[in-house]
Amino acid sequence: MRTTGRFSWFYFSSPQSFYPLAGALQPWFAGLAAILCAVGLYISFLVAPTDAQQGEAYRIIFIHVPAAWMSMFLYLVMGFWSGVGLVLNTRLSSMVATALAPTGALFTFIALWTGALWGKPTWGTWWVWDARLTSELILLFLYIGFMALQAAIDDQRRSDKAGAVLALVGVINIPIIYFSVKWWSTLHQGASVSMTGAPTMAKTMLLGMLIMALGFWMYSIAATLARVRCVILERERQTDWVAAEIGRQS
Amino acid sequence: MNWGSWQNFFAMGGYGLYVWGSYVVTLVALIVEIVALITRRRGVIERLTKYYAARRSNHET
Repeated sequence: MRTTGRFSWFYFSSPQSFYPLAGALQPWFAGLAAILCAVGLYISFLVAPTDAQQGEAYRIIFIHVPAAWMSMFLYLVMGFWSGVGLVLNTRLSSMVATALAPTGALFTFIALWTGALWGKPTWGTWWVWDARLTSELILLFLYIGFMALQAAIDDQRRSDKAGAVLALVGVINIPIIYFSVKWWSTLHQGASVSMTGAPTMAKTMLLGMLIMALGFWMYSIAATLARVRCVILERERQTDWVAAEIGRQS
Repeated sequence: MNWGSWQNFFAMGGYGLYVWGSYVVTLVALIVEIVALITRRRGVIERLTKYYAARRSNHET
């Protein structure tokens, strides 16, 4: 690591030094994701018992809840890096925010899709316009809006700024999603895992869900690192180091 | 959890459509993203290779 006398964290805030770091870390996160998801699926289907009330339909929980958690968490991370990019004008922060959006949108879609497939056998309907489902759908639109807005503005700085403002305004939706089941009377059940109070689920069910959530988390990091490397190459194409990197790759 | 047979496993106690509909679509979605990322990286490298080649030939002429 370069010693310029500055705090060393800033070293990796330049796209040039972050690019190889992301490349080195990415396969480890991808590998961890694969292992965790394999273990999670094993527990979900071969260890966790049948639910007394919902039968086997409840097994959707092992992807539904982790995907819903990731959809909200990735938005917060995207909002955070958007804010950092907006305030400090650090290019890499905005690139990370841009790279997070498609994966966040993907997990939002998965949460909505699996929710519909779980709702049908348990509630008798694929969809209701209740607070939880509607606010999660708004989250999908926020992700899509962020990507569309960034794609529509050619000037990179303006594109980053506009996207960051949209992302930050949209952060208000996250507590609304999370607390919607408490604030309003909804068809959706309450939180599966609460920070206070005893767990209401069987231990193996909870374990399977947490391991799948960790797997999705690692997957999200791997996908974001892979995408941010593409974004860095595209946006920094005027620099000599990207020209040299492309020369090595092709 | 002992399913007894593959048939029971796929049936998911009558909820097979919903359970497998969730897992298969999730798997497909993740595969689509992974393929899209690989394709994007190849595309970026290809585009930038041409871009630098064009820039070099502009400098020469």
